[in-house]
Amino acid sequence: MTDRRQFLGQAGLMVTLGLLWTNYMIGARAEAMILRPPGGLPERSFQQLCLKCGQCVEACPFDTLRLAAIGDGRPAGTPYFVPREMPCKMCKDIPCTVACPSGALSVEAVSTNGKLDINLAKMGLAVVDRNTCVAYWGLQCDACYRVCPLIDKAITLDLFRNERTGKHAFIAPIVDSGHCTGCGLCERACINDKASIFVLPRQAALGKPSDKYLKGWEDTGIDPKPLPAPAKNKKAAGNALDYLNKGF
Amino acid sequence: MRVNDQGVFDKKAGFKPVTWKRAFDEMEKQFKKSYNELGPTGIGIFGSGQYTIMEGVAAVKLIKAGFRSNNIDPNARHCMASAVVAFMQTFGIDEPAGNYDDVHYTDTVVLWGANMAEMHPVLWSKVTDRKLSDRKNVKVVNLSTFTNRCSNLADLEIIFKPGTDLAILNYIAREIVYNKPESIDWDFVNNNCAFVTGPVDIGYGMRNNSKHPSFDKKEQDTVAKEVSKVISEDEATALSALGVKAGDTMEMKSADAAMKHWVITFEDFKKGLEPYTLDFVAKLAKGKPDESIDDFKAKLSTLANLYIEKGRKVTSFWTMGFNQHIRGSWINEMIYMVHLLLGKQSEPGNSPFSLTGQPSACGTAREVGVFSHRLPSDMVVDNPKHREKTEKLWSLPAGTLNPVMGSHYMKIMRDLEDGKIKFVWVQVNNPWQNSANANHWIKAAREMDNFIVVSEAYPGISAKVADLILPTAMIFEKWGAYGNAERRTQHWRQQVTPYGKAMSDTWQLVEFSKRFTLEDVWKEHKINKDVTLPDVLSKAAEMGYKKTDTLYDVLFANKKAHEYKWPDPVGTGCANTEAAGDKRNVENFKGYGFFIQKYLWEEYRAFGLGDGHDLADFDTYHKVRGLKWPVVDGKETNWRFNSEYDPYAKKANRGKFAFYGKALKELPSGDLKGPQPQTKVDLSNKAKIFLRYYMEPPEMPNTEYPLWLTTGRVLEHWHSGTMTMRVPELYRAVSEALCFINQNDAKKIGAKDGENIWIESRRGKVKARVETRGRNSMPEGLIYVPWFDENVFINKVTLDATCPLSKETDFKKCAVKIYKA
Repeated sequence: MTDRRQFLGQAGLMVTLGLLWTNYMIGARAEAMILRPPGGLPERSFQQLCLKCGQCVEACPFDTLRLAAIGDGRPAGTPYFVPREMPCKMCKDIPCTVACPSGALSVEAVSTNGKLDINLAKMGLAVVDRNTCVAYWGLQCDACYRVCPLIDKAITLDLFRNERTGKHAFIAPIVDSGHCTGCGLCERACINDKASIFVLPRQAALGKPSDKYLKGWEDTGIDPKPLPAPAKNKKAAGNALDYLNKGF
Repeated sequence: MRVNDQGVFDKKAGFKPVTWKRAFDEMEKQFKKSYNELGPTGIGIFGSGQYTIMEGVAAVKLIKAGFRSNNIDPNARHCMASAVVAFMQTFGIDEPAGNYDDVHYTDTVVLWGANMAEMHPVLWSKVTDRKLSDRKNVKVVNLSTFTNRCSNLADLEIIFKPGTDLAILNYIAREIVYNKPESIDWDFVNNNCAFVTGPVDIGYGMRNNSKHPSFDKKEQDTVAKEVSKVISEDEATALSALGVKAGDTMEMKSADAAMKHWVITFEDFKKGLEPYTLDFVAKLAKGKPDESIDDFKAKLSTLANLYIEKGRKVTSFWTMGFNQHIRGSWINEMIYMVHLLLGKQSEPGNSPFSLTGQPSACGTAREVGVFSHRLPSDMVVDNPKHREKTEKLWSLPAGTLNPVMGSHYMKIMRDLEDGKIKFVWVQVNNPWQNSANANHWIKAAREMDNFIVVSEAYPGISAKVADLILPTAMIFEKWGAYGNAERRTQHWRQQVTPYGKAMSDTWQLVEFSKRFTLEDVWKEHKINKDVTLPDVLSKAAEMGYKKTDTLYDVLFANKKAHEYKWPDPVGTGCANTEAAGDKRNVENFKGYGFFIQKYLWEEYRAFGLGDGHDLADFDTYHKVRGLKWPVVDGKETNWRFNSEYDPYAKKANRGKFAFYGKALKELPSGDLKGPQPQTKVDLSNKAKIFLRYYMEPPEMPNTEYPLWLTTGRVLEHWHSGTMTMRVPELYRAVSEALCFINQNDAKKIGAKDGENIWIESRRGKVKARVETRGRNSMPEGLIYVPWFDENVFINKVTLDATCPLSKETDFKKCAVKIYKA
């Protein structure tokens, strides 16, 4: 019996460890899809610095922030929020970030000249699914636009004529990734069963243009990076000659 | 119903479910107690602009013809009454001349206190479409006391101080008359218009006794202005043509004669406008402290030029910003003044357009006459000819109708507080949440000896203060019809069986009518010291009525009614709970056996035929998507008063225009100070150009209450939110009313976004969360709180002052202080 119990205990421990490991792996994979409080460093640095102390969660006056629990698919003990359930209310004094003892939430990232500015937060980026957003069907909604704390900056309205009715205009939301803080008030307000505007971590939602492209009308005076020297590849040159001489 | 453990009604007890029969028994008992003690003025109905047209007819008929009371008034009083007064006084007939297509024909959309982007979103998408169709030429102007979402599309945003829109319109008129006289369309004005004015010492629609025992000491200084007011510097300038001086005390002698007006000359009109210079008006009206006066002046001047520009079509829209205004009737009249001077009226795209907020403020409240002074088709109770016509169409003995105007909405509340009304029935609205200075009325309802019945589907504050709540069927659970702001009437069939034991308002009214015999109600009634309603029972006998007949027999189930058979081909495949009962068998009700909605419609329609209010027959509306009245020879009318489109204008045979409305067309003439006795001018077929003035609201910010409070709506929620707050996605989108405030004002009291603050006036206080960002951007000195949220009961704070002409409350202006909660 004793052996059996021991065995069961060991087996239990192994299962627990296994679960933890699996959880760690899921968490590591899911890290791309988690939203952090204002001032959060890039995810890898954030996870390295975060002490899992919960002080930011304590400081949040709106119960927006939570600590990831073991087994919920997020790196356990780290703070996150789910906008559809409770978005970030964008407190001007940013109590969560200020409370962070480790720098995982960086006060500098949300300050200008030493003054807190919540509008600099980059918690994520709102994305619109145009096919399911009823404003793009021609219905008058723009609920997301009206709750946006950076209205007319982070969310603007695209106005275009509704040729189907011939009498109305589409008044449809567009997100500006330069201004969007990822607070998620829009996602919370969306009237659809599943929000058609939702916040993704910025690294998941943002593209990145090639260095080759410059906005000549904006980036005036900026010295473009020198083009990389052409690859010295004799073989390639030879190949070109071969190619040209090779007939059809 | 509130009953004690023995099942007996007890005002202090909690609610318990009772049967319909038990409910009607108690209603009858309580009604008769009040009616026999106080007479027809001792009872009242809070009706609605959401009544179906037929419900409105049933309610008016029961109250006015049956009970011989005029105490029925709709929530539309809070919404449209000022617009109505101006329509009647200016054109002699109610409702806009144009239609929604004006948006597509106009070059200029000017919004005066109408946040269309949130409150009329579909029309707003039409405005947006028009702007996109010609971005360069089409101009949109947004005038408001704070930045709202309309500014997003606007070419020009003008933020003005509360109440100074009066001065801005007179500035535009002055600009026309003094600086661009060639822009006056003299052909139009001479042929179709007359200049008129009226008294200014008319008070503010409050009680004329600030020492009334109901008032808290703090309230008295505001209320005292109902009797007299010291003229300010600004008012002295604005009223200088009347010889008024700063520091003078104006006695409000014309408070009971506010509607009076008389013809003046153009020279007098011009004289009245003289003080409204750009300098004076800009200084008075600039709403944003941080805006430069020169910028503001430039904006006013641009606005005036848009109106004036020859050939530029202008459509002006307004809603509650104009109507809920201490001088709401005046400001409505002033916008017509500008349009009429320029001849920009009753043409496609040239359209001063009063928007409505409620689905049937026009179709039911106004056209049916669900008001304390009205009868169907723009008629009024104090006109003997109108009563005669009504008595004839309703088959009533001559002299049945009460000639004394009843209590308007706020007066019903005040009468409850005074014990002058002891029975009130609420249908399709929420008076205890929607009325200003609510603490008074809650106390009156709960602590006075009275009986309050609330017909409701989704209980709110009014149901809470009630003594009896009746479960009520909703829109598609009954046959109905609505009429909207462009005079379009639309009907629908019953789509589903009502929920639970709910029954329609019509059914409730008709069932209640069964409980009264003619001898209960058509006996002699003393109304006041001058008027006694005659006993009409003997005349009724001559008409074949027995005194034991019930009001049901006479008003609803009469011979005419039985001619409208049910089933009817128009209703094939549809239920009609009132006509035939339904599968629920509520109270074993098997239906009236006739098509009551069609009967009420056809009988009501007879009022407007040939009278400029022609409606089509019942069946037609079930074949088309609505028609704009007057419907003549089966055709709707798109632009009234213009003979090209309006058969009535054509019939007048006096050129392109005829303002053929019949009301208030015989006036005395005089000068700015008053009419000359014995004078009479006939203004048939003419519209009136009113000279009105700027006057201050009775309550303005001071050191103790330093901020303006204005209230309003959000797109997500309808009025008191009883339905929309129960819709999960709307609740999620906006789950509470926020206090929109300028960040400097918030900083002054150290309040952060999302924190609760108290908002306190002389009358009450309420807690709300601070919002310095988001959809509305407030100038310093003004806060905005929507009123939909019963947990942020802002009407405890607002002032129940009204336009003295229209009796419509000004929910947009009172003074408050704020502090951290």
